[in-house]
Amino acid sequence: MTFVIELLVSFFLVMGAFFAMAGSIGSFRLPDFFSRLHGPTKSTTLGVGAMAIASAIYFSFHGEGISFHEVLITLFLFITAPVSAHFLAKAALHQGLHRKESSPETSRKSTDR
Amino acid sequence: MLSIAIPVAFALLTAAQLLNLYRLLKGPTLLDRILALDTMYIDAIAMFILMGVFFHSAVYFEAALIIAVMGFIGTVATSKFLMRGDILE
Repeated sequence: MTFVIELLVSFFLVMGAFFAMAGSIGSFRLPDFFSRLHGPTKSTTLGVGAMAIASAIYFSFHGEGISFHEVLITLFLFITAPVSAHFLAKAALHQGLHRKESSPETSRKSTDR
Repeated sequence: MLSIAIPVAFALLTAAQLLNLYRLLKGPTLLDRILALDTMYIDAIAMFILMGVFFHSAVYFEAALIIAVMGFIGTVATSKFLMRGDILE
C-alpha cells in the first residue's frame, strides 16, 4: 500500500515538473509573442496542478487527516491563469504586435500554391 | 522511489526556471518579459510545493498561496498599465 502511494506521488511529481519544463521550452523556442504566450500559460498550469495533486496525496497519507491546501492553490491557478493570459494578449494587441509571417505553416501554404 | 523522483523534479524545474530567465533577460518586447515573470512565479509555486514534500512540512503552502495571489495581481496590473496607461480607472 505504501509503495503504491509512493509510486503515485513520484509519478505526479515528475509529470508536473515535466510539463513545467515543456512550457518553458515553448517560451524559449517559439518565434513570436502570441505563440510564446500559449505555451507557458497552458502547460505550466497543468504542471502545477499535477504537483499539487501529488502533494495532496502525500500529505493525506503521511500527515494527519486529509489535506486540502493544495487544492486551494490549484483552484486559484486554474481561475487566474486564463485571466492573466487574456490580459497579456489584449495588451499585445493594443501594442500592435503581430505574428511572425515566416512561421512554418504560412510558408508551407505559400509553397503549395 | 521518492528519493529518485524529487531530485529529478528539482532538476527539471531548475532547467525550466533557467529558460524563463533567458526569456526574461533577452525578450524582445516588454510583454515577453512580463510573460516570463508570470511563468517564473508559477514555477516558483511548483518549487515550493516540491520543497513541502521534500522537507515534510506544511509551512510552504501559505507561502505558495501568497506568491500565487501577488503574481496574479502583478501580471494584471502591468498588462493593464500597458493597455490603458493607467491601472485603476
